[in-house]
Amino acid sequence: MCLAIPMRVTQIEGATAIVEVSGITRKVRIDLLSDVELGDFVLVHAGLAIAKIDTHEAEETLALLKGLTNEI
Amino acid sequence: MKYSHEFRDWEIVQSIAERIRGISNRPATIMEVCGTHTMSAARFGLKSLFPDGVRLVAGPGCPVCVTAQQDIDAFLALGNIPGTALVSFGDMLRVPGSSASLEQQRAAGVDVRIVYSPLDAVDIAAREPEKQVVFFGVGFETTTPAIALAIKTAAERDLTNFSVYCVHKTMPAALRALLASGEVMVSGLLLPGHVTTIIGTRAYDFIAEEFHVPCAVTGFEPVDMMLGIESVLKQLADGDSKIDNMYARAVSSDANPLAKKLLDTIFEPCDAEWRGLGVIPASGVRIRSEYSLFDAAERFADIIKAVPVAPVSKCLCGDVLRGAIQPAQCPLFGVDCTTSNPIGPCMVSSEGACAAAYRYGGS
Repeated sequence: MCLAIPMRVTQIEGATAIVEVSGITRKVRIDLLSDVELGDFVLVHAGLAIAKIDTHEAEETLALLKGLTNEI
Repeated sequence: MKYSHEFRDWEIVQSIAERIRGISNRPATIMEVCGTHTMSAARFGLKSLFPDGVRLVAGPGCPVCVTAQQDIDAFLALGNIPGTALVSFGDMLRVPGSSASLEQQRAAGVDVRIVYSPLDAVDIAAREPEKQVVFFGVGFETTTPAIALAIKTAAERDLTNFSVYCVHKTMPAALRALLASGEVMVSGLLLPGHVTTIIGTRAYDFIAEEFHVPCAVTGFEPVDMMLGIESVLKQLADGDSKIDNMYARAVSSDANPLAKKLLDTIFEPCDAEWRGLGVIPASGVRIRSEYSLFDAAERFADIIKAVPVAPVSKCLCGDVLRGAIQPAQCPLFGVDCTTSNPIGPCMVSSEGACAAAYRYGGS
């Protein structure tokens, strides 16, 4: 039930945003996030964006893991 | 799906598995607290990658599963009031009450609607002013902000026909009760990543400080799950216990301040009854008196008080939820209780431990 899907913000209007993943769009509320910008990735749960994805952190984690994989 | 599929890279999963095999030299029982973790581990077959002696047990983090029978019966009873529409997340549709499920009630003519967001229920109330719209507020901290926002929105729109039957639970109090009971011996915990986006990792500091149990806040993709397991096993090997944030792309140490403000405006802590765990002090939230107009427990108090005490169920979901037994140890599992004919909520819920074990094996 605590599933949340990463979706990209394509439009913002006040406390509402349009988000998209794999061609599917949805209207969500962004009341919990103070600094959402177009192009951001947010985790969407039950019609509400509950967190912004730190894309820098995500890329860094992946790069580190891939580096370790290549060493093995 | 960006920031989802990259974390399903099987080469990375295998490389972490290899590292894990290098760490672990002793048995470990790790509880995956969240139902979404249970399903992810089962669906991706992760248990087969662990060294011998390392096992995962499901915890109390499936909201559908921990909802008390009495609360399900009470919500179902509201459907008998003429002019009422019961609105719920789809997860609750097939959960059996003492005499019926929402799905069976719908078949019998009760107005039952399924929505994706509680805000959709507010829209139904606005569109159909002749209906009393009651939403079943089930879920942990991941979900409570959406319910709070729905109540706030209904108040702003001056709706008088929207209310929530609130059985929300909070995770840290349940974990404290579980660990303090001494009944369940776990070596470490995978903490729920999405709950923690709302409450922050510091909410769990007491687990490391008071109970000295290693923890990893964990995301839901296979790479995330393996990183969580690796962190717990590493802490065990080093004799360490901390709250390791392995889901840093979404989770920080502090609570989300806007979510906290919203939740504090609408809700206040209360004791809550958990299936399998009993009543745990301050482990739930109720709607504050300022918003009592939107509290179905207040609005329909007479009907809810008249609901008979739920009979004791034969199923052992309670023991499964405490991690005290594995699903297959319940005598009903796979015989009388299956996903097509479920008896207990752990088999009904798509992320229940019994459903995961029945569907994917390896319980």
